[in-house]
Amino acid sequence: METLEGIIAEHHFFAGLESYYTSLLTGCAANVRFAPGTYIFKEGEEANEFYLIRSGKVALEIFAPHRNPIVVETLGAGDILGWSWLLPPYIWKFHAHAVQDTRAIALDGKCLRTKCEENHDLGYEVLKRFAQIMEQRLEATRLQLLDVYAAR
Amino acid sequence: MAGTITTNPMLPQPYLVRDVAKETPDTFSLRLEPEAGANGRSFQPGQFSMLWVFGIGELPISISGDPALHDRLVYTVRSVGQATHSLVNQRVGDSVGVRGPFGASWPTEAARGRDVIVVAGGIGLAPLRPVIYHVLQNRKDYGRLVILYGGRSPRDLLYRKELATWARNRENQVLVTVDYGGLSWRGHVGVVTTLFKYARLEPARSVAMVCGPEIMMRFVMRELITQGLSRDDIYLSMERNMKCAVGFCGHCQYGPYFICKDGPIFRYEQMRPLLEKYEL
Repeated sequence: METLEGIIAEHHFFAGLESYYTSLLTGCAANVRFAPGTYIFKEGEEANEFYLIRSGKVALEIFAPHRNPIVVETLGAGDILGWSWLLPPYIWKFHAHAVQDTRAIALDGKCLRTKCEENHDLGYEVLKRFAQIMEQRLEATRLQLLDVYAAR
Repeated sequence: MAGTITTNPMLPQPYLVRDVAKETPDTFSLRLEPEAGANGRSFQPGQFSMLWVFGIGELPISISGDPALHDRLVYTVRSVGQATHSLVNQRVGDSVGVRGPFGASWPTEAARGRDVIVVAGGIGLAPLRPVIYHVLQNRKDYGRLVILYGGRSPRDLLYRKELATWARNRENQVLVTVDYGGLSWRGHVGVVTTLFKYARLEPARSVAMVCGPEIMMRFVMRELITQGLSRDDIYLSMERNMKCAVGFCGHCQYGPYFICKDGPIFRYEQMRPLLEKYEL
């Protein structure tokens, strides 16, 4: 049977992380499952965790008055969900909506923030990995904004 | 790779419109067949024709149909201007002039025995559809077929039924995403490059074929290189203002190349220095 620590250690997001740090992270981790239709978090709520999605699909949504929710991105197996736990004011900016049965590992952000403050080497390793995710999402968002398929 | 034209390349041959099928709100597929008594023309996947709409003008349009069917030519056209609007409003039985096929084709020989990665954006799936047909009809000659397709919104996606059919084949992986998803859309939302993380690729044994808006292709090229593909194994379809289609007029000159004659399919390695230049 796969252990939580084993799953975290093998996840590409934590590739290259020393086993000591993996053990520390595992202390903040738990297996979670979301049925289709469940909101994992909602805009404006406190952001105290992030997720390594193992299977399923999650839509990041935003609401606008008198409109249906707008899906800005979908995330699936292998993706990281959530980084608002990392930076003040620790508030979610979007809704995360499980559109399929979704299994994930939840990492307690409060617990992890404390560990990162106590151990800056761990903090740097975590921040480096999130910075890469942010860079990829920013690039994708810019490309999306260019609306390259529109008729010119 | 270039196709052979046995008649005067500047002389359009009359074809009859046999079908006009709506693909999306502004995009239509026209099936043309030679007038009675005339021979059909074969083409290679990736080639294009010059289509004359009599009284309006001539347009370069990629062939989007099945290269194994020699009795017809299929074109998928987006109505964005006067000439394309006239073309998609042709009625069954109307006559259209056809020159070509012209240009270089997708590397079906170089891809033999290897996995084929098709990356398309928007109407860019149309010039790639013939190579998809070719791979599917010659399944034993190729490895896995991976199709990554990005569109603006669900209603702008081309060939949705065929995409679903191709996805059912276990030897294929078909991933589709849209930039803007609606409420009823249950698929991916995000740009086409975000699909790579879900694609099961073996870069060392793959050949990639890419078509879409140039900005999208630049992002895709970077992603393919990051995935480990060699620049020599990446091909793309370029588009410029083509007029004569045989390299005489120079309208489509792009650096040292004429897109109509040397392309429209190029190796990425040929195009890379030009794609990064402003004002070309």
